[in-house]
Amino acid sequence: MRNAFAACLEELAAQDPRIVLLSGDIGNRLFDRFKERFPGRFYNCGVAEANMTGVAAGLAKAGLRPLTYTITPFNTTRCLEFIKLDICAHRLPVVVVGVGAGLSYAELGPTHHACDDLGLLGLLPDLTLLCPADARETRAALRAALAHAGPCYLRLGKKGEPDVFDAEPPFEIGALRPLRAGREVVLLTYGPLLPEVLAAGAALDATVVAVPTVKPLDTAGLAALAATGRLVTVEEHALRGGLGAAVAAWLAASGQPARLLTLGVPDQFLVTAGGQEAQRAACGIDTAGIVAQVRTWRQQLGDVT
Amino acid sequence: MKKLSPSECAAQCKVIRRHIIEMLCAAGSGHPGGSLSATELVTAIYFHFLNQDPAQPEAPDRDRFILSKGHGVPVQYACMAERGYFPVSELATLRKIDSRLQGHPVKGALPGIEASTGALGQGLSIACGHALAGQLDGAAFRVYCLLGDGEINEGQVWEAALFAAHRRLDNLIAIVDANALQLDGRCTEILNIEPLAAKWTAFGWHVIELDGHDLPAIYAALEEALAHRGQPTCLVARTVKGKGVSFMENQVEWHGVAPTAEQARQALAEIG
Ligand SMILES: Cc1ncc(C[n+]2csc(CCOP(=O)(O)OP(=O)(O)O)c2C)c(N)n1
Ligand SMILES: [Mg+2]
Repeated sequence: MRNAFAACLEELAAQDPRIVLLSGDIGNRLFDRFKERFPGRFYNCGVAEANMTGVAAGLAKAGLRPLTYTITPFNTTRCLEFIKLDICAHRLPVVVVGVGAGLSYAELGPTHHACDDLGLLGLLPDLTLLCPADARETRAALRAALAHAGPCYLRLGKKGEPDVFDAEPPFEIGALRPLRAGREVVLLTYGPLLPEVLAAGAALDATVVAVPTVKPLDTAGLAALAATGRLVTVEEHALRGGLGAAVAAWLAASGQPARLLTLGVPDQFLVTAGGQEAQRAACGIDTAGIVAQVRTWRQQLGDVT
Repeated sequence: MKKLSPSECAAQCKVIRRHIIEMLCAAGSGHPGGSLSATELVTAIYFHFLNQDPAQPEAPDRDRFILSKGHGVPVQYACMAERGYFPVSELATLRKIDSRLQGHPVKGALPGIEASTGALGQGLSIACGHALAGQLDGAAFRVYCLLGDGEINEGQVWEAALFAAHRRLDNLIAIVDANALQLDGRCTEILNIEPLAAKWTAFGWHVIELDGHDLPAIYAALEEALAHRGQPTCLVARTVKGKGVSFMENQVEWHGVAPTAEQARQALAEIG
């Protein structure tokens, strides 16, 4: 995803001279071509993310279209107040890009786990949260973010994510993306976890709908899905503050009779080392874990015996 | 604990470097450059200066060691294993599922780790808290904190530097592993932090600049720091990133990738 991001940004920068990229001591090689083609439009700001965020705000106030780029926790939760006040409160079109969503860097330990970014950033007024699933959707989401008039957060995995889309899909901010029709429950998810969820959907004969915009939520689209009566959210993010919590809040307020199962990362620090696959499995959000938990839930509901 | 002399410590450093290479190769990921640059500094602390009983790493009167540059944790794990905090065989579990050896230090996962670090820039503030608590209690323990020269781009480090000098935390020793490289390139090209000694001096610290691979110099500097009253001390230790493995030395590419089996063989042959 990060390679697609870099390649697409280069294309877009050729069309829009206002695009400026800031990074936090990362990505020099990734952005080598960008730097070569657009001298004066890449700034490595060092290990100083708070300053980078404020500088981006200043650049945006001057009419530029800055992006900040570094490892997710350091670009998001570490900089929360600067994003809130310098960017969001000024309604500035800055794109904050976090690389290493969820458990992408599981083996690096809790400092590098990013399972709280959507919850915390989701509290900031006017911030749009975009969570693409693969390289091609990353391109589409980046285009949408740079065409958007307000602040955006772009949540990327790392590299080598399996492809979900064979062509760049259209991307409408705030719209659900139905991917698979099934006869049983509706699985809602986003980001690089999507292939696991699609496989679970096939095993369960479930409908799978991607939610690439986690905020604002497509509530009209959700209402139509809720009519099926059984919604399941799956995410590589904490249960608190993620898509599941947002859908739960909406559902409770909407009065729809649908039942909801939320799957995600438990409310604890993960301190048992291990890579992304091992941690996804430990959290029950790999294909096998999703299938097993949905089956148990449906038995409890009395849907199946 | 038997305190190693500088020459005994030099022999121990070889063992530590071997562990670093072997554990990173087994893990398949990790940070060799900043582990190797800090080897003499961390080994000297663990094998001569740090007053800590591996059997009682929570004793209230222990010296504290906080690895603020948490990505360098392989050098700390290697020293801890050799000092008996846990079995040397456990080093091979680094970063694997159900291991106590996380990719960055995690307090609580492994006894003897003082603070969870890895988000750069935060360790010196925690160290200040320990030092202040020691000062309030009139306790004799010392607080050692190791930082990277890229890490200290972070503004929080300088907030901590102000605080420590203002509170005259003379039980606090900061050590900057000044290897002149950060993740993405030379510090002078990414975000210049020099002149380092002048900065720490201006912030009110007692500063000693030294060769961070010269063990007698490290011993002398730490002795001086322990004796210095009224100010915190900062050691600006000039080091070589990747020190001890020719193909890693001064190569920014070796910041955060593990050696292959073949590269590890070559590295071990060079370390001896
Ligand atoms: C807050 C934060 N930002 C970014 C990173 C990613 N990162 C890990 S190591 C590193 C470079 C550190 O350079 P330095 O402190 O000089 O370490 P050393 O050369 O000793 O390895 C960076 C940017 C991080 N771990 N924490
Ligand atoms: Mg360095």
